[in-house]
Amino acid sequence: MNGFLAALFDPNLAFIRNALLAGILSSVLFGVLGSVVTVKRISGLAGAISHAVLGGIGMALYLSATRIVPWVTPMMGALAFAILAAAIIGVVSLKAKQREDTVINAIWAIGMSVGVLFMAKTPGYTDPSSYLFGNILLVSGQDLILLAALDAVVLFLAWRFYPQIEASSFDEEFARVRGVHTNAVFFALLAITAISVVLLQTFVGIVMVIAMLTLPAGTAGYGAKNLAGMMVVGTVLSLFFSAGGLALGWALDAPVGAMVVVIAGAVFLAAAGIRAIARKRPKGKLPVGAGADK
Amino acid sequence: MTDHHDTDVVLRFSRVSFSYDTVPVLECADFHVHRGEFVALVGQNGAGKTTVLKLILGLERPSAGSIELFGAPAPRERNRIGYVPQHADYDSTFPVSVREVVRMGRLHPVSRKFGPLDAAAVDDAMARADIAELADRPYPALSGGQRRRVLVARALASNPELLILDEPTANMDAESEARLFATLERLKGNATIMIVTHDTGFVTALTDSVLCVGDRNTKGGGHSVARHGTEPSGDAPPELFGGKASKVLHNVDLGDRCSLDGEGQK
Repeated sequence: MNGFLAALFDPNLAFIRNALLAGILSSVLFGVLGSVVTVKRISGLAGAISHAVLGGIGMALYLSATRIVPWVTPMMGALAFAILAAAIIGVVSLKAKQREDTVINAIWAIGMSVGVLFMAKTPGYTDPSSYLFGNILLVSGQDLILLAALDAVVLFLAWRFYPQIEASSFDEEFARVRGVHTNAVFFALLAITAISVVLLQTFVGIVMVIAMLTLPAGTAGYGAKNLAGMMVVGTVLSLFFSAGGLALGWALDAPVGAMVVVIAGAVFLAAAGIRAIARKRPKGKLPVGAGADK
Repeated sequence: MTDHHDTDVVLRFSRVSFSYDTVPVLECADFHVHRGEFVALVGQNGAGKTTVLKLILGLERPSAGSIELFGAPAPRERNRIGYVPQHADYDSTFPVSVREVVRMGRLHPVSRKFGPLDAAAVDDAMARADIAELADRPYPALSGGQRRRVLVARALASNPELLILDEPTANMDAESEARLFATLERLKGNATIMIVTHDTGFVTALTDSVLCVGDRNTKGGGHSVARHGTEPSGDAPPELFGGKASKVLHNVDLGDRCSLDGEGQK
């Protein structure tokens, strides 16, 4: 661990500091956005968007390498596919709820397959797994600025529309009757999720984005009193998971993204286990969630 | 039979039809509800009660006919409705306290302001729904009956002129049921109350009139809505409706203007 701290302050190893900063900045997104994604129960939807992104990356790599569209970057392709996937799923979710699951899985699978096909046909060697698992050590200064800007937008929206977000997650029909534009809330959430996925996949990779959007918030949900508390605790947990994963990955010379998610997953499972045991042995008090299955 | 002043009518369905895709649910539903009335909307499962509710709340639009709410085309004035859903599929891991759920009743479409007036209305609603002692408890930790009363408080927080309760006694313990009907009894007269139930045999003794969804029209497959009479009943199960029940008289049609040719309206 001393090696990690020394590396953090080594002027020749700026990428380590960048990685830590990226971890801190992305923790805000994982905590705040992740909490809304979790209580709104759209993590499957977020998963489909994040995997569809691979299709966009593959297509962009192919188009630029073959000089068909030389200026297109993987980030542009990712963003286009993320927005497209979010729009399709959003419309299906509103117009034909009963088809939502099928469409989510179709987009998930098609997006990944398109990506793999394009990468196979791209001149030179392209490894899909580098996009699936990301590399936080490659974060640039520009990435950090984008991430900070996104943090600011998400924090502002979460603060400004907190009552509407909370109510439409808790009981969408009731919120609509109270005049809240729940569809607008839903589409804004999808758009923010899509953009966040594109930015975050650079650091933790496509597979990991969805894990980090659900695991810290899910863990926080066990102890938090309300949605705001869940956001704060989720952010703090993400911070520990990111910093811990980075330090361990550095010390053990292991992939950081995978390390972060393994830590987050282990803590989530432990919390779920503790909660399950606590529910079985109520200490004279009404256990949390009692009567929920009535 | 339009013998009432429109100002006394809070809700009016005029020849309303509705179908999901090609499946007709409602056909020529024609009824109205007066200010201060306690109405029971009854019908068997699948008859279209929920559809009637969704139409009133503006969650669905009629395919024919019109709905007037407080004298304006629905759903313009729907924020004057207090709605108590069944909310059976809520997420039991959603972290939220009872007070926070009731606060949602004061929700504004875009503002995040919550002033002293709102706070007072929330406290008042919790007192009226008899849940003040639960205010700081986590909502998921409550029993089914307690949760329903919290949703009643949430609806009351906006001081609604029309209170609509969807199957309020489903999964309710006897104590919660007694408290709920005590709350409704205190409210009766001040607000118009519509209670939705699949029990087509008995309704609470508070009921002034029964709207029965499910009488098939002669033409087409949709359901109509008929107004039926009630009589006090001694043989209802005593644990229902806080102890006092009325029997629905399906053979006594009060003739609330439902006919395909519209003759009754003239």
